[in-house]
Amino acid sequence: MKFSEIKNHLALFRVGIAGAGGLGSNCAVALARCGVGTLVLSDFDVIEPANLNRQYYFTNQVGMFKTTALKDNIARINPDITVIAHTEKLNESNIFEIFEGCDVVVEAFDKDEMKEMLIETVQTKMPGTPVVVGSGLAGWGKSNRISYRKIDETLYVCGDESTVAGDEFPPMAPRVGMVANMQANTVVEILMKKTKDYFQT
Amino acid sequence: MKILLNNRLEEFSKEPISINEMLELKKFSFKMRIIKLNGVLIPKEKYDSTFIHEGDNVNMLYLMSGG
Repeated sequence: MKFSEIKNHLALFRVGIAGAGGLGSNCAVALARCGVGTLVLSDFDVIEPANLNRQYYFTNQVGMFKTTALKDNIARINPDITVIAHTEKLNESNIFEIFEGCDVVVEAFDKDEMKEMLIETVQTKMPGTPVVVGSGLAGWGKSNRISYRKIDETLYVCGDESTVAGDEFPPMAPRVGMVANMQANTVVEILMKKTKDYFQT
Repeated sequence: MKILLNNRLEEFSKEPISINEMLELKKFSFKMRIIKLNGVLIPKEKYDSTFIHEGDNVNMLYLMSGG
């Protein structure tokens, strides 16, 4: 299959990305390069200098909302992608309206309780919509500990499932990028198997 | 009873057991997790009132901070 055919297929789909930090920004960029048609981003935070050790932003974007900056960066990489940016904090009640119509949702939060809330909400309020979770990426080395696991048709996890990030064990570009790109790879795999019904509204 | 836990066969001496009993028996102490029983996500408020039976398929996923 030629890349032009792959790109034309991926252009039909919409992917939600919950969080635009290390996982979300890198995953979104990978999906934009592949040609996934519509990306729905959600994040409430602004870029801080400390984020630049792993997140897909630039020094002159410090202080901007991550959603705004990521939309700009994606437009510079692939202007054909439609980016819908929501600058707000996700909770049990707004997740459905923000990600309604998404073919896949990527869990790209930092905090474990936010990860839990997003997974529970999508699995219960958006049944059938696959969630691709990132779990375990702190530190460096141990590349082979990072893996991909399909739990069922609606739940996938990427990461080492064992390292917890903290001040003494920070998330850094290489392993965060590995997990983010593994999530993007999982999304592409799911979408390449899917057919899009053009008459679906 | 025999169940599948993360695609591995596990045996318990009684049936049924609640999700919390299973977690204690297996000494799974890490708190941030997602549990699915036969494909259905079980919220943690229901770990005492949801029971696992012979042949059930239980999947567990640990959630680690960092992103």
